[in-house]
Amino acid sequence: VLSIQVKCYHEIITIGYRVYHSYDLPWFRSLSWYFLLCVNYFFYGETVADYFVTFVQRREQLQFLIRYHRFISFALYLTGFCMFVLSLVKKHYRLQFYMFAWTHVTLLITVTQSHLVIQNLFEGMIWFLVPISSVICNDIAAYVFGFFFGRTPLIKLSPKKTWEGFIGGFFSTVVFGFIFSYFLAQHQYFVCPVEYNSETNRFVTECEPSELFQLKKYSMPPLFQAVLGWETVNMYPFQMHSIALSTFASLIGPFGGFFASGFKRAFKIKDFADTIPGHGGIMDRFDCQYLMATFVHVYITSFIRGPNPSKLLKQLLILQPEQQLSVYKTLKSHLIEKGVLQPSLR
Amino acid sequence: PTSDDTPEVLNRALSNLSSRWKNWWVRGILTLAMITFFFIIIYLGPMVLMTIVMCVQIKCFHEIITIGYNVYHSYDLPWFRTLSWYFLLCVNYFFYGETVTDYFFTLVQREEPLRILSKYHRFISFALYLTGFCMFVLSLVKKHYRLQFYMFGWTHVTLLIVVTQSHLIIHNLFEGMIWFIVPISCVICNDIMAYMFGFFFGRTPLIKLSPKKTWEGFIGGFFATVLFGLLLSYVMSGYRCFTCPVEFNNDTNSFTVDCEPSELFQLQEYNIPSVLQSVVGWKTVRMYPFQIHSIALSTFASLIGPFGGFFASGFKRAFKIKDFANTIPGHGGIMDRFDCQYLMATFVNVYIASFIRGPNPSKLIQQFLTLRPDQQLHIFNTLKAHLVDKGVL
Repeated sequence: VLSIQVKCYHEIITIGYRVYHSYDLPWFRSLSWYFLLCVNYFFYGETVADYFVTFVQRREQLQFLIRYHRFISFALYLTGFCMFVLSLVKKHYRLQFYMFAWTHVTLLITVTQSHLVIQNLFEGMIWFLVPISSVICNDIAAYVFGFFFGRTPLIKLSPKKTWEGFIGGFFSTVVFGFIFSYFLAQHQYFVCPVEYNSETNRFVTECEPSELFQLKKYSMPPLFQAVLGWETVNMYPFQMHSIALSTFASLIGPFGGFFASGFKRAFKIKDFADTIPGHGGIMDRFDCQYLMATFVHVYITSFIRGPNPSKLLKQLLILQPEQQLSVYKTLKSHLIEKGVLQPSLR
Repeated sequence: PTSDDTPEVLNRALSNLSSRWKNWWVRGILTLAMITFFFIIIYLGPMVLMTIVMCVQIKCFHEIITIGYNVYHSYDLPWFRTLSWYFLLCVNYFFYGETVTDYFFTLVQREEPLRILSKYHRFISFALYLTGFCMFVLSLVKKHYRLQFYMFGWTHVTLLIVVTQSHLIIHNLFEGMIWFIVPISCVICNDIMAYMFGFFFGRTPLIKLSPKKTWEGFIGGFFATVLFGLLLSYVMSGYRCFTCPVEFNNDTNSFTVDCEPSELFQLQEYNIPSVLQSVVGWKTVRMYPFQIHSIALSTFASLIGPFGGFFASGFKRAFKIKDFANTIPGHGGIMDRFDCQYLMATFVNVYIASFIRGPNPSKLIQQFLTLRPDQQLHIFNTLKAHLVDKGVL
């Protein structure tokens, strides 16, 4: 994911250079890579702190870096900002500002979303595999339906897309997502959150599968009953969520593709780069994925999981002792009220 | 030359002065007017301050977007004005929603519609943003692709600068009005002091971008601002209304600033280093710990804050504009006054988060209550073991 992010960033920045004929601007290449490094440092620092809590606790230097992480990241960014201001050259002001803005927008698109992809991955590999596969399936299915049945054009931006392809792709992707989730949901390897085991110093994916991944009986609505002849069906609740993910991949994901098409027309380029023969650059393959990554992340935080318990614990442990004590008392009374904790006799 | 918007009243009063002194007087009077306005809104309290921050943010956004239109001659692009304001609304909705949930927790839990909006806040904000994104894609017109993408990029960078930082200012405000007033005052003081020192002693130019700035002004402004910060903090730390976090009181449905002042705002004895002892003659001095922090804030305001100003100067030269707008006579637009403030707001927020406060305990409790019972028990037991270990329990 990191390599793809770096490559996408490089492709978009290179386009910016060519558009503005600014390949010879002093400092600018170094500054662009420096900003990429800063933003990645910030995001990876936040991720590492969350998922590698025990690993970090053991090492003193890492502790210091984590505690003042935001300040250090901000200081690094500011250094880049000041270097930019000092690098402004009389005749090239406008170009330099354009490249500065271009860099920032590119960072916003590529880096934030690659980190959301990684966060989704840690939630469970199924949250990484199913969305990406749905987008790929939608691409292929829409192309195939368009090839065989396509007649009505969809949007002026992409003359090759058709309504038949769009709708056919939608239904195929929902069915595909449904079936694919069924198979993946059976394996702990895909379903469990990725955790870092401090003893073996490796990642493990082993757990009690959550409710989402346990077969449940669903009653079929009478409409389907008549068609299929079954009264109930055994499904994983996750398959319901996969319908939402596939729907997004088919209906909204293509807008990411249209955006990239518009971008290529605006800047009169055929492909983002020539990395993959016949397909163009890495960005060409990943343009639809970006919206998907953000959607999956927002979906997970809104509908699936609550806050991460270990992150909460970590924050509790850095409070002041008096605050910890008052929090402890509040929690204790709450748990006793709920009957989870038995009141102590002492 | 003075701006064309100088009010008639001032023009008549100053008509018999030479042009250079007239400019001085106009700037001076407006400076005093702005400072007075600043004091008035502080007096009026947190609610008014939040509203003012919001208005300043909207005006700055409008100014920068208008410059974009002028640069790209794209004032007639279909939809674009609507889309820019729509994105501004979306991002503000997202940020205000996060703030409201944090600080108005009990109010939100009581009202059913607010509770649902708050629970699915991120999803709703994302859906709103996506709608705007799709509208943008659908609005792309054949001959204007490049212009439309430029304006899209311009809008997003402007949002990044203007909206995120105005929300950081509001977060600082909620931490305690002193965290809002001292940084802003230090930047203003640095502006004025650097100008004064430059006017009287300035000889060595500082940077080609801003030919009027001098090293003498820069260094003089630095020392003056640190001193000013120390004095202002000393005066303000004595008052609860400035040092206490702003809280929303559910019973009275209004903001209150009442609390036990934290350690930062309690006088402590400090030993003066021997170097200064011989100079000043005292062995110890009573200071608020906050004053030490104010040195860090003033230093940032004087050394790094001006880079925000140079950035804005470079921007104005790049796009061949004299001022961001003509809102304030003699001073230009709102952005002209606030260009140095933006870096400051982010710095104060990062500073507070890193060095002053830990996470907010009530927010943690609120997150705790949404966990499953077995997770809650696990955390409770770990916390208990930790407290016993430390001897607190």
